[in-house]
Amino acid sequence: MKITEKPLETERMVLNFGPHHPSTHGTLRIIMELDGETVVKATPEIGYLHSGFEKLGEDLDFNQYITITDRMNYLSPLCNNVAYALVAEKLMDIEVTKRTRYIRVLLSELSRIADHILNIGMLAVDLGALTSFLYGFRLREDIYDLFEMATGTRLTTSYTLVGGLMRDLPEGYGKEVNRVLVETDKIVNDIETLLNKNRIWQDRTKEIGVISKEDAISYGLSGPMARASGIDWDLRVKEPYSSYEDFDFDVVIALNGDVFDRYLVRTEEIRQSMKICRQALEKMPSGDVIIDPGLGYSLPPKDEVYNSIEGLIYHFEVTMPNRGMMPPVGEAYVPTESPNGELGFYLVSDGTRTPYRVRTRPPSLMNYSIFSKLIEGHMLSDAPAIIGSINVIAGELDR
Amino acid sequence: MDQDYIKSNVLTTTLESAINWGRKHSLWPMPFGTACCGIEFMAVLASRTDLARFGAEAIRFSPRQSDLLIVAGRISIKMMPVLIRIYEQMPEPKWVISMGACASSGGVFDTYSVIQGIDRFIPVDVYVPGCPPRPEGVVDGLMKLQKKVGKEKLSDYTTSNTS
Amino acid sequence: MPLAKTFSFIKDKFPESVYDVTESSGEQIFHIRSEVVRDVLEIFKEKGFNFLADITAIDNLTLGGFERYAVVYHLLSHDSLERVTVKAYVAEDKPSIPSVEKLWKTADWQEREIYDLFGITFDGHPNMVRIMNPDDFTGHPLRKDYPRLGNKERDDYPVIKPAFKRK
Ligand code: SF4
Repeated sequence: MKITEKPLETERMVLNFGPHHPSTHGTLRIIMELDGETVVKATPEIGYLHSGFEKLGEDLDFNQYITITDRMNYLSPLCNNVAYALVAEKLMDIEVTKRTRYIRVLLSELSRIADHILNIGMLAVDLGALTSFLYGFRLREDIYDLFEMATGTRLTTSYTLVGGLMRDLPEGYGKEVNRVLVETDKIVNDIETLLNKNRIWQDRTKEIGVISKEDAISYGLSGPMARASGIDWDLRVKEPYSSYEDFDFDVVIALNGDVFDRYLVRTEEIRQSMKICRQALEKMPSGDVIIDPGLGYSLPPKDEVYNSIEGLIYHFEVTMPNRGMMPPVGEAYVPTESPNGELGFYLVSDGTRTPYRVRTRPPSLMNYSIFSKLIEGHMLSDAPAIIGSINVIAGELDR
Repeated sequence: MDQDYIKSNVLTTTLESAINWGRKHSLWPMPFGTACCGIEFMAVLASRTDLARFGAEAIRFSPRQSDLLIVAGRISIKMMPVLIRIYEQMPEPKWVISMGACASSGGVFDTYSVIQGIDRFIPVDVYVPGCPPRPEGVVDGLMKLQKKVGKEKLSDYTTSNTS
Repeated sequence: MPLAKTFSFIKDKFPESVYDVTESSGEQIFHIRSEVVRDVLEIFKEKGFNFLADITAIDNLTLGGFERYAVVYHLLSHDSLERVTVKAYVAEDKPSIPSVEKLWKTADWQEREIYDLFGITFDGHPNMVRIMNPDDFTGHPLRKDYPRLGNKERDDYPVIKPAFKRK
């Protein structure tokens, strides 16, 4: 008894956490002031992956920049592709076909599953539960295979074009997706069985990093972070884009706003995404995936370029400087619901073929900015749990 | 002694090849994953590709305990001093794999803040091309490095060359 | 329409400080002088725009505008599902603007980012230091007169030779 009554006297210590620490997922650095094991003050330092995306965007035309958006959020690159294509289409006032929208929804939701499952796995690894990570990664590999079938690569997909998609889905895609969805269901159930009632897991995640509703709004949080704090806000429902209004799914909300709730929201969102995927496959309309190439906006299909002289000439014309895609002078902002939250692109155009200014509204930056508030008063060992539950993606954070 | 006994129990080799054999099959990598390539490197370690089959699964996040630095991802001007520091902290012998276009040459990021190839500043042994390289590519790079380690000469390691 | 009402309310309150109201791609853009940005955003906040979605800046060097820089605020109302863009113009010779960090905490890092990339300082911000680039960085890379390839910052590191000679 006596020992607990009189705590050990300790001096304040400054600890440098990162930038290359395994639980910082790459490139975060936090300077923490510790009193014993309790964090008194934390100052995050970011910018270790600042790569000048926005400067680069001013030199690339609209279709070229889509390849760059992949590299921004590398857990769910397809969502970025879709978001950027949407903003360029809004700026140029292009309507894409119904099939394009449905495919975009299908693939965005698949990436949402892949993103959430990896995030849960990483969170579990950081807290010492390796199995969930390996289970989750097996599923992610299956989803990578789906991406590879559709887009040709595993990670850096660059699948959308302004005004459509790079190509249509291959034959038999629906069957493969359904197979993976069955697998997803199993793996999510497995992970939940391993974690939900696990005593250690609960001890390490419940009541840790609690975010109140007011804080969530003041700090600009969005996505699962905001929904775990009881904010009923999902852009797919509130401001539907890309035909999300056609789908029937629930917005997942939790009330406590701690790490455990964020984990629960993510697992449940995986189930909702599966629902959307199934509906998208069922209702998939037929038709083209690219708008009429004669408009001068988008590249012609690859077949035409390789097999006909008109296609080749047209391809040249579209990609030549001062020809092809010329948007009107103006600006557009499109918010989308990426796995992390509100991913917005803001384009300003001066009427030339490259944008005047490309701005990304990175959900990670806003979500991470609350970190120093969350960790204060917690133990040092809670830092990985909180970082993991925020799902900071350095590429998007620093751009 | 009986001839058979000797045959089955005595092995003659050179010290060099014995050491190299040991080194190349127990590389301890330190992943310096910063961006997308870091995620693919995770895939290399995870279930399907499983780097453990090549004796390089003992991932260490401390430079003092590792002999293979795998730089996966773009290195910004703010990160470069950290990378140099980590490289210098690793004990000899040490090798470096530069994974992906960004680490090798800056990749698509020809901008003010991305180092145009880490080999401008630190020595690199194996380059793995791709953006990102497939996990198979990384495994191939590792095997190339193993071959290289196998051919090294102990006499080349002379401390007198330190400068 | 409540948004139009808010606009006219602000126009009445700050008649000299409102340049214009325009529309682009279906979005209402409200152009104001930088001095009043805090008051204007406070009014918007009171009128239900509770969420500051994004802050960014534009260098109008070749685009043209009321001043050289524009700081752009994207506001969102969770109740009425409306969005509005507020553009505050900042002069070239004295690039500074009041901070809105007191209204929304999310402004903290984003204003630092704008300071780092555009060199616009925010009055009243608690910690106005660079966030993306290293502290010893000079220049502000997203200004239009800054070259994309930088001023050789990326080549300026010591070259490490292998400590042991290998052939
Ligand atoms: S090489 Fe490609 S995948 Fe790898 S870090 Fe660079 S951009 Fe990302």
